[in-house]
Amino acid sequence: MVRGADIVVKSLIAENAAYIFGYPGGAIMPVYDALYDYSDQIKHVLTRHEQGAIHAAQGYARVSGEVGVVLATSGPGATNLITGLADAQIDSTPLVCITGQVAAHLLGSDAFQETDVVGLSMPGTKWNIQVRSVEEIAPAIAKAFHIAKTGRPGPVLVDITKNAQVEFGEFNYVPCQKIRSYRPYQPIKEQLIADAAALIDSAERPYLLFGQGVVLSHAEEELKDFLDKTGIPAACTLLGSGALPESHPNYVGKLGMHGNYAPNLLTNKCDVLIAVGMRFDDRVTGDLKRYAKQAKVIHLELDPAEIDKNVKCTVPVLGDCKKSLKLLTSAVKNNAHPEWMEKFRELEGQEREAVVANDLHGTHGGLHMGEVIHLINKFKEKDAVLVTDVGQHQMIAWRYFDYKTTRTQVTSGGLGTMGFALPAALGAQLHDYSKQVICVVGDGGIQMTIQELGTIMQTKAPVKVVLLNNNYLGMVRQWQQLFFDKRYSFTELENPDFIKIAEAYSFKARKVTEREDLEAAVAEMLVQEGPYFLEVVVEKEDNVFPMIATGCSVEEVRLS
Amino acid sequence: MERYTILVYTENFIGILNRITIIFTRRGININALTASESRLDGIHKITIEVTVTPEQIEQLVKQIEKIVDVIKAYFFMDDEVVYQEIALYKIPIESLDPSLEKVIRQFNAHIIAAEKEFVVLEFTGHKEDTQALLEILKPFSLLEFSRSGRVAIAKPKFSVQEFLNNQT
Repeated sequence: MVRGADIVVKSLIAENAAYIFGYPGGAIMPVYDALYDYSDQIKHVLTRHEQGAIHAAQGYARVSGEVGVVLATSGPGATNLITGLADAQIDSTPLVCITGQVAAHLLGSDAFQETDVVGLSMPGTKWNIQVRSVEEIAPAIAKAFHIAKTGRPGPVLVDITKNAQVEFGEFNYVPCQKIRSYRPYQPIKEQLIADAAALIDSAERPYLLFGQGVVLSHAEEELKDFLDKTGIPAACTLLGSGALPESHPNYVGKLGMHGNYAPNLLTNKCDVLIAVGMRFDDRVTGDLKRYAKQAKVIHLELDPAEIDKNVKCTVPVLGDCKKSLKLLTSAVKNNAHPEWMEKFRELEGQEREAVVANDLHGTHGGLHMGEVIHLINKFKEKDAVLVTDVGQHQMIAWRYFDYKTTRTQVTSGGLGTMGFALPAALGAQLHDYSKQVICVVGDGGIQMTIQELGTIMQTKAPVKVVLLNNNYLGMVRQWQQLFFDKRYSFTELENPDFIKIAEAYSFKARKVTEREDLEAAVAEMLVQEGPYFLEVVVEKEDNVFPMIATGCSVEEVRLS
Repeated sequence: MERYTILVYTENFIGILNRITIIFTRRGININALTASESRLDGIHKITIEVTVTPEQIEQLVKQIEKIVDVIKAYFFMDDEVVYQEIALYKIPIESLDPSLEKVIRQFNAHIIAAEKEFVVLEFTGHKEDTQALLEILKPFSLLEFSRSGRVAIAKPKFSVQEFLNNQT
């Protein structure tokens, strides 16, 4: 017989969890006590805030494809996870969060640090459960891992009352293989593959959009094979970046509000649109009433609820895109679309002239964010992971970072959570200390979770933090400039001395204000063995272009 | 907007009803009526939801409901695709019992299911329009209390949750 708390830890070990990101407190103390005995089998990372713990677990999960594990106490410990749960839910990130809860006999009595965690976390979890006795612990955790990682992945929460943690029970771990009410994978209908293939073969201007589904399904090779055979131009969503190397001849750029010019504009010129593992987010589509109305749409998607949710499709190919892409590749004819591809390249040239040249090769005035990313590309390793926060720097880094391999893009896409990057970078780095993890962050976002510099210090994770500082909440300021008559309402920041802060956390730190110092500083950062903090003071009022303003059509993408 | 009946078959799992209803809450959709109880199959609950939405909305709602891990299957039907009933109870003071009330009871084929010293309780089952009609008639009889259930429904199209479960691989 072992204590419930030991069962919690032994269950996590049985699921091969390498890391737990967490923060102790009263109602989870028995589990922390148990952890003390298993530190040779499972590592625990003490963050500085529960939000940091869950974002770190997200970063870990996104680069590894494994389930991120979070441990927190009841009440405020659990409520501090909510932002991360919502973030992981909308970005399909597999997490198992374990929270302590007051003893079962106190439930509903407004006991100290009691909160209805199951109720609070319900909209932000794929599944959640409260466990009130020791024998329920292992089956609940087994079910949690199964649900988190299968089908469309997502966050799961297991709330364990304190009495269950201290009761004694047998440990006999049986991994969960199947839940009768849960159908994570849909069988692929052959007829639909044939219908899709016929549409693709007859198309004159076919166009493929890929999203994170390709990464989650490990379908990168299958995507590449399909594109090689069909010659179809392909563009990616924010979270799809990295699924296809940007050097691939069919790759034409990025979709959405701050994506590339051609991929947005030509969405309304294609005749067949093939969407793979993406969900037609409003940031991708702009005004739906004027989105690809001329096209027949083929949607390769795992989640039935995404079919026809935003864009009505002609051929809904439900199922794992790793399988459906493979079937589709066998079903289609060899093809090429040189003239159609040329259209993308022409517009790409226009964007290069109007936007990119200046973004990347500034000569006078303040530094542009793009120049920093351009230099990072010059010195980074091939498989370096880019972790970004939310805002202008996120869009600029996404636009210009040279994604060469999969799982190198970690950012808060759907929820747009400021404060995500620093802890997520820590989690991404812990998965592999030898990998380059570059955390690009703004001066607004970093201050939402800046305390996690302490966790980076304590774990010695060699994260490279690049702070692009414009002393503004830049994206909000850009909107104020363009849509609110330059009324800069509460977006300017008076910032601390970030270098002193970084140094206080034992980072090697450097601040760059002049263009001529930038290249050497980026180079120095990327050869540094330990953590490094590079602050780059950038132009205060730069804007991100191209842009599709809210309510506009993809056709109305503007270059300035 | 159309009136639909959603039939949801679920595991008997704490919080499942909440998980279903927040799908409506989030979209600002009002549930007209909801009934939950054990189904014919051991351990499987049946939830019947009546809702007035657009054809696009009903498709999305049912897909979102089916996406819930502990939901086995969800279906939706138009009113003419289901046989449904709602039960209504009417509490009437003893003083109101007179020949005109008797006529109403006969006309509607309602039942007196309880008689206390001070009041009687009438029971009447039918569609909402029917129970509502009786309610309007009884109001002048100093009606003390009224209670109406959500709908219980049987779908006309053939489907089998048992078969669905058996086919699960």
